[in-house]
Amino acid sequence: MDITSSLLGLAGGAMIGLAAVLAMGLFGRTTGVSGILGGVFDDPTDIAWRLEFLAGLAVGPLAYAAIAGAMPQVEIAASLPLLVLGGLMVGIGTQLSAGCTSGHGVCGVARGARRSIVATVTFMAAAMATVFLIRHVLGV
Amino acid sequence: MNDALPTFLIGLLFGAGLAVSDMIDPARVLAFLDVAGAWDPTLAFVMAGALAVTAIGYRLVFRRPRPALAVRFALPTRTDLDARLVGGATLFGIGWGLAGYCPGPAIAGLSLARWETAVFVAAMLAGMAVTRMIVMRPTRKAA
Repeated sequence: MDITSSLLGLAGGAMIGLAAVLAMGLFGRTTGVSGILGGVFDDPTDIAWRLEFLAGLAVGPLAYAAIAGAMPQVEIAASLPLLVLGGLMVGIGTQLSAGCTSGHGVCGVARGARRSIVATVTFMAAAMATVFLIRHVLGV
Repeated sequence: MNDALPTFLIGLLFGAGLAVSDMIDPARVLAFLDVAGAWDPTLAFVMAGALAVTAIGYRLVFRRPRPALAVRFALPTRTDLDARLVGGATLFGIGWGLAGYCPGPAIAGLSLARWETAVFVAAMLAGMAVTRMIVMRPTRKAA
């Protein structure tokens, strides 16, 4: 096991947790990204704070890069059709189930919410089954 | 608005956390989801760190009668389990496994200016808009 990755994972996770605690302590809001995004399509008068948060989210990696001195290196293997299909399914699924990895997985599970625990177990299992099917059954 | 800067900074902290933990890299996320391959446990450490801080922090925050800069805590109140919850989570999980992106890292990943991320986000937003405006509008109560 890669100790450095594990420690950085814990540290980055703690930062995500701190963001969740600050949002709740200051504004009484959960930091569920799919809920913050989806709400943009609901109420035109309630968009400003959503865009402020999302702008910060999108700039965050650049702030990290400025301190670390290098841009994060990523590998995106999915083909164009898979990116479109995956994006649509993530968009539809998170709105139907009212949450994603941050809203259900972090904020909901942290306060012991039953619906969030069920959703998190479900999407984790579905994602693992999907990757298993793609990589080990279809062999893509 | 007075809340703009702290709200932006909370998002920034979240996005920086995704970069520090390397969850911004779909390959790293897929390596966690690939339990039968060269399994990478990093995502579990991220969840552990996030959950530990949030669980303790929420406990302290909820001792107060209300948030520091708002009237009330806006928390989901439903506790029932329904087909829409489980079906939606299943759909989300499949999409996550196909592309390696969930909503947070996808938005944070826009900072890296990759066309793949932009395509994923565009499709995700389209899916969200359709679901919110067509499927859910008739049944949803005011938040």
